[in-house]
Amino acid sequence: MPTKHEVTAAGAGTGIVAVSDLEVHYGLRGGGLARLFGRDSGTVKAVDGVNFVLHRGEVLGLVGESGSGKTTLGRALLGLAPATQGSITYHEPGDGGSAYERVVSEMSGAELRKLRTDLQMVFQDPHAALNPSMTIETAVGHPLRIHGIAKGEELRKRVASALERVGLAPAEQFMAKYPSDLSGGQKQRAVIARAIIMDPEVLVADEPVSMLDMSVRAKILQLMLDLKNDLGLTYVYITHDLASAKFFCDRIAIMYLGRIVEIGPTEEIFADPKHPYTKALLKAIPEPDPQKMVPRDLPRGEIPDAARPPLGCSFHPRCPVAVAECGWESRDLRALLEEHWIRQEPSVYEAERELVGDLDKLDEAAKTVTVGTVANAAKLRAMLEGIRSENPTEPLWTGVDSLEETAEGLEIRFHQGFDPLLRPSGGVEVACVLYPTPVTTEPALPE
Amino acid sequence: MFRSLLSPFRQTTGIARWLLLTGVFITAVFVVCALFAPWVAPLDFNQRYVDGVKLPKQDPPSGEFWFGTNDQFFDVFSRVVWGARTALVVVGLSVLFSVVIGVVLGLISGFIGGWLDRLLVFLMDTLYAFPSLLLAIVFSFLLRDLLGGSVVAVAFALTVIYIPQYFRVVRNTTVSAREATYVEAARAIGARNHTIIGRYLFGNVIQSVPVIGTLNAADAIATLAGLGFLGLGIQPNEAAEWGYDVSRALDDMGAGIWWTAFFPGMAIVLLVAGLTLVGEGLNETVNPVLRKRRLMPVDMPANEPSSYLAEGDAAALGAGAPDPRFREDEPLRPEHEHRRREDESR
Amino acid sequence: MTELYDGPDAMRPGSDLVIDAQDLRVWYGSERGPVKAVDRVSFELRKGEILGLVGESGCGKSTLGRGLLGLLPEGAKMDGHLRFKGEDLLALPKKEMFAKRGTELGMIFQEPLTRLNPLMRISEHFEETLKTHERGISKAEVERRSLEVLRVMGIPPTRYRSYPHEFSGGMRQRLMIALALVLRPAFVVADEPTTALDVLVEAQIIRILHDLRREFDTSLLLITHNLGIIAEACDRVAVMYAGEIVEIGDARDVFSAPQHPYTRELLRSTISLSTTGLNFIPGAPPNLVAPPSGCHFHPRCPDAMNVCAARHPVERTHPNGTRAQCWAADLRDGMASDLTSEETASLPREEISVADEA
Repeated sequence: MPTKHEVTAAGAGTGIVAVSDLEVHYGLRGGGLARLFGRDSGTVKAVDGVNFVLHRGEVLGLVGESGSGKTTLGRALLGLAPATQGSITYHEPGDGGSAYERVVSEMSGAELRKLRTDLQMVFQDPHAALNPSMTIETAVGHPLRIHGIAKGEELRKRVASALERVGLAPAEQFMAKYPSDLSGGQKQRAVIARAIIMDPEVLVADEPVSMLDMSVRAKILQLMLDLKNDLGLTYVYITHDLASAKFFCDRIAIMYLGRIVEIGPTEEIFADPKHPYTKALLKAIPEPDPQKMVPRDLPRGEIPDAARPPLGCSFHPRCPVAVAECGWESRDLRALLEEHWIRQEPSVYEAERELVGDLDKLDEAAKTVTVGTVANAAKLRAMLEGIRSENPTEPLWTGVDSLEETAEGLEIRFHQGFDPLLRPSGGVEVACVLYPTPVTTEPALPE
Repeated sequence: MFRSLLSPFRQTTGIARWLLLTGVFITAVFVVCALFAPWVAPLDFNQRYVDGVKLPKQDPPSGEFWFGTNDQFFDVFSRVVWGARTALVVVGLSVLFSVVIGVVLGLISGFIGGWLDRLLVFLMDTLYAFPSLLLAIVFSFLLRDLLGGSVVAVAFALTVIYIPQYFRVVRNTTVSAREATYVEAARAIGARNHTIIGRYLFGNVIQSVPVIGTLNAADAIATLAGLGFLGLGIQPNEAAEWGYDVSRALDDMGAGIWWTAFFPGMAIVLLVAGLTLVGEGLNETVNPVLRKRRLMPVDMPANEPSSYLAEGDAAALGAGAPDPRFREDEPLRPEHEHRRREDESR
Repeated sequence: MTELYDGPDAMRPGSDLVIDAQDLRVWYGSERGPVKAVDRVSFELRKGEILGLVGESGCGKSTLGRGLLGLLPEGAKMDGHLRFKGEDLLALPKKEMFAKRGTELGMIFQEPLTRLNPLMRISEHFEETLKTHERGISKAEVERRSLEVLRVMGIPPTRYRSYPHEFSGGMRQRLMIALALVLRPAFVVADEPTTALDVLVEAQIIRILHDLRREFDTSLLLITHNLGIIAEACDRVAVMYAGEIVEIGDARDVFSAPQHPYTRELLRSTISLSTTGLNFIPGAPPNLVAPPSGCHFHPRCPDAMNVCAARHPVERTHPNGTRAQCWAADLRDGMASDLTSEETASLPREEISVADEA
């Protein structure tokens, strides 16, 4: 019977988990008031169409900020979050190098529980991931007991061996302790011990070191690297810290609002980042080098509400190089106006606000929107022209198709945009209209 | 669980601590009476004759009968002592049943959620809304037909009243605990639902149960007495019961016979008070929000100016002048002595 | 030695000192003895300067930040010398200290959502802040000043009447900063202001803090565990370990030539884009009730000598202007000529096992 190492060597590089068009949507229940007034409570598209293949023996990084969906994706890989659409297929290694396909997203109950011997997870918060009322021995040995793999003396031996493996040696010293007796780093080691005790194939690590002190992080990361080599593991490393991802991962997938926006080998991503979001992330990482100044040209704004994502490309409201096709809409106009008003005198702000009238109209995501009244349409137009001339390079103007005075007021029409899919460009895949070749269109000029 | 009960005990101060100790003492007295009733009480609870001689009727307290005798020729003191046993047995049983049923239902309901949860919550809230004595009366009637007026029957009657309290607390704690990371971790390692409930949730949701149990017991004593007073409690020839004694002593009031009502009444009051004090005291110790931490006094030794300004004085410092940071020359105060030595180990 | 505090201004270096702290101590009582959360800390802060206070969890930096503003919990005792624009803060009665907070002393916390009242609009928050300290102020004036400070923070005036939960995380933190600054305090303590924020938003907030001195002439004490932020935003940096400042100096100097081994090891163990190998510091920070004898860092220090376990190092100024307390650094710069050869021999170190790690 081939040992784990042999199988790994033979199968290195082959796909072990394949994710296809995965979507994980959560319906929002909405407050009582919302339901009373019949407003749609909406869905949060935590994961919104993700495709990738995890190769055996690699470390794949899922990098993103909050709301990017990386945590949900990690859980979905293990069947801990339900897939609303798409599939996750696990190629279970069998004898002689063959593999059985198991569709994780469709499994439940006992079948899913059996999968736990192969797919495991390391959690973010070491202080919360261990049951406070269980000793370390019980907690780390529990997987074996649950699956009936070992018990009694055999169980104890395996627990001791796992503890020693993660560096909690001598094991006897730690077996009878409770989580509250251990430090953060020790707890995380125990969590790792629990994850590897069943000899899994794939380990999903959800921000394993972000809650530990800097001086301890390196130790835990080193431990994980050693385990990967010793046990032939495949990792999915979820983090918001690009720096540790650069060190730890073979391939990196950058996520934004439920999508992968760029995915490729680590060196490629860092040497030549393509997606504007990736570029921004790299620029924004604080480096312990006082020569490096605070970056001034970072994308504005923040991660949008996942229940109401921007139309077209989700990043376009913040993107410094967006073009007409990126999916401009009325909400972007509101953001523009608010940004403009920050710079104005209060009196000018008051006057202009009067002209625009009801701002909440702009909150409906629409390609065509009418503001103001028929009386002040001309003045409104002049105001917008003025804003444009203050900053002609503002990407929003590339997306404005026309400004027209109508019987209801000033009608603003935006270009049709679309949501870019991942396309190969250079050594990576990028989801941006600018890659592999930039789209060139003339921005529409208002009459 | 016990660790968490005992360790904060030491940290409470002042009133909370005295309350707890007083309550424990009072309760302990009654527990001793209950356990050792045959030895503490000179007579049996329904004993009318001593060596063939009938006891006097409604005799005032004296050297022979410390609490006097009542209209049924019983020794009041013995009745009080035996009553303690009755009270604690009945209440103990009922609290035990309530805890078991309430906690189990609360765990399951909180974990599973859905319509079962909503149904149970509705039921429990309804039960909880009734005054406990009223419910006790109802159930006492119902169970009388089935089980007569025995100790177990009354215990059952009391059980149902208190289940909602455990249910609510455990259910609510379970609902929040089930979102905890370690529960998700349990799922991740493949634990089945009953394992999660039993091994992962159970130990972490029952911290409040001892407090509730004690306060429940206090209320149950009073309710039991109420039942007995109304004649719905234990059959008089089954066991002694304080409430029953008080009801029989009502007529004595007019005649100036105070001891037949006073002593059983005091017993009820004292035991309820004792248990309540224990419960509230435990609440203060176990509940970290209420617990007033005992502020330890801080004794800071003299603080000399540091050598920061002594940049120019470095030369002066170097040659034999005492280093201001080196506190060897400070007069030692006894309570700091052992720490000083640690500091200066060479 | 006290005459230095009353000396003529011309003699004192940096006469525009906003904060002058000497030998500050904050001790708590506990069953095992006094917890020396802050144990003889000295530093100065000039007008318009940003001082970074960096250290790992449990080093006492948050306690120090709160102590400076008089926000310590009951049971904590503070002593030493603390002067704010020449005025002795420790001698101030509580009421006056309360009056100073907001107008002259400000604080920015880590989690903005928990510090804002969810039932009050932003406008009401500002009204409350301004009216508490300037009773006669008119509503129009409140609005004018609030909108002005919101503008500097990049919050549009259209949001003036919104509720806190309608803001995103980064906006809320800007709001917190705006509230802290509306009364133009001279000194602000920011306790881990960006730890809970995403990277891009963090950069935005750091930029705002960096520009504070230009807009408001504020002196800022920036408390964090993130060395990258310190490098980007701070003029000077103080490194804290076990309740003491082990090194303090110009940010560029400290980063390029750290004097204290802890600073050096901390820099080495920071994972950044240029990291090629994983380094860490063995062991764990000491408990503050009974820290190790002599230099508190000696059990974990690669440069430890015999004297380090016996005597606490003296704080000295090194040739590059940095102040540090370390025997090895003193030796290297020729400032410890009085040490015997036996004292300067390497300390035989015990193997630190995982059982003692952080």
